[in-house]
Amino acid sequence: MCLAFPGRVEKIEYPYAVANFGGTKRKVRIDLVDELKVGEYVLVHVGFAIQKVNEDEARQMEEIWKELIKSL
Amino acid sequence: MEGINKVPVTIPLRDRIKGVASKIRKEMENEDEIRIMHLCGTHEDTITRFNLRSLMPDNLKLISGPGCPVCIIPDTDLQRVFHLIQETDITLTTFGDMARVPFEGRSLFYYRAKGHDIRVVYSIFDALEIAKKNKKPVVHFGIGFETTMPSTALAILDGIENFSVLSSHRFFLPAMDHLASLGEIKIDGFINPGHVSTIVGVKAYENILKRHRVPQVIAGFDPDDVMLAIYMLVDMIKKGEKEILNEYPRAVSYEGNEKSQMVMKEVFEKEDWEWRGIGVVKESGGNIKDKYDQFNAIKVYEDVFESFSPKEDKRKRMCRCGEVLRGLITPDDCSLFLKGCTPKNPVGPCMVSFEGICSIWASRGVRR
Repeated sequence: MCLAFPGRVEKIEYPYAVANFGGTKRKVRIDLVDELKVGEYVLVHVGFAIQKVNEDEARQMEEIWKELIKSL
Repeated sequence: MEGINKVPVTIPLRDRIKGVASKIRKEMENEDEIRIMHLCGTHEDTITRFNLRSLMPDNLKLISGPGCPVCIIPDTDLQRVFHLIQETDITLTTFGDMARVPFEGRSLFYYRAKGHDIRVVYSIFDALEIAKKNKKPVVHFGIGFETTMPSTALAILDGIENFSVLSSHRFFLPAMDHLASLGEIKIDGFINPGHVSTIVGVKAYENILKRHRVPQVIAGFDPDDVMLAIYMLVDMIKKGEKEILNEYPRAVSYEGNEKSQMVMKEVFEKEDWEWRGIGVVKESGGNIKDKYDQFNAIKVYEDVFESFSPKEDKRKRMCRCGEVLRGLITPDDCSLFLKGCTPKNPVGPCMVSFEGICSIWASRGVRR
């Protein structure tokens, strides 16, 4: 139920945006996320964007993985 | 290979999972048993689909909790919807999983076949579109936890005249608190639901931590997310640390999604509502506030519900969905599992929903 998929924002017509989910495009509501730009990724749940994907955090997590695997 | 948001994935998934699995096994050597409960059907799906339980040492148990919004909706709510569609001429919209849950062998799909106007939607905004194009009243049977509730709140705030919501929404965190208070089983650590957390933020769990002193890790839904969360919990449990760690910072912040919290607070008030298998949970019900009465189906069709009285479904007497949801038993402890109860002919909701553990175990065919 609480599934959410990351989609790339392609077009914004507030409060809607077209998000691209690996080729599948869908209109989603974006009223609940701040300052969204075309090209950014949002997590979409039942047709509304619940959060912008935080790129910095994703990068940092990748570093944590590198450290973890190195320490084996 | 690129992950989401163009962050390059430098270590292949298989290596990550194998690596963390060996770390967990090493940490758990000669340790007492640790029991970790996850609280989201999608986590169970990841664990079963990738057979992560097979990578765990014998003294580490992964237990499935009540993280399935379709499963925890009691039969009373379901009968209320059935009553409404039989007594009125409305268009009813809901999510696919919900339309398949049977009561006395009949589901919303049965009523659709009988000629009632029932439509499965992916999003409440699709229901709004139907209402805009249609003169007939549209009622949306709203289910879901904090992740879904903001969308229902937004739809109500849109103020479409012929649209109302029959709310079966429930707040998840009070149930987590309730479950920890019951003390029926020993839980050493919680894997918190990732997308509920996206909305409520890390901060929302602090009270539960204070009261129960059980370590928690908020986790994403990829298999490496879940493995890392388990490792983080094992590490905390061994060191005796009691904290809330966030394994899913790419989607979950400390504050959560404050706009979503605001619209939820504007539209819903918390009431003591019943959960299947768990009983009444204080302040867990998402009741629509009085000022939005004109969009609350319970109020709009008040006279219709006057003649409503719920009954018990005798066919579900053997169904142990309630115990499954509390983590007391696993699906194969139930005598109906894959005998009288299959994904094609489910008896209880745990076998219906794609997030129900019975359905996941049955359709993935993996057990341990």
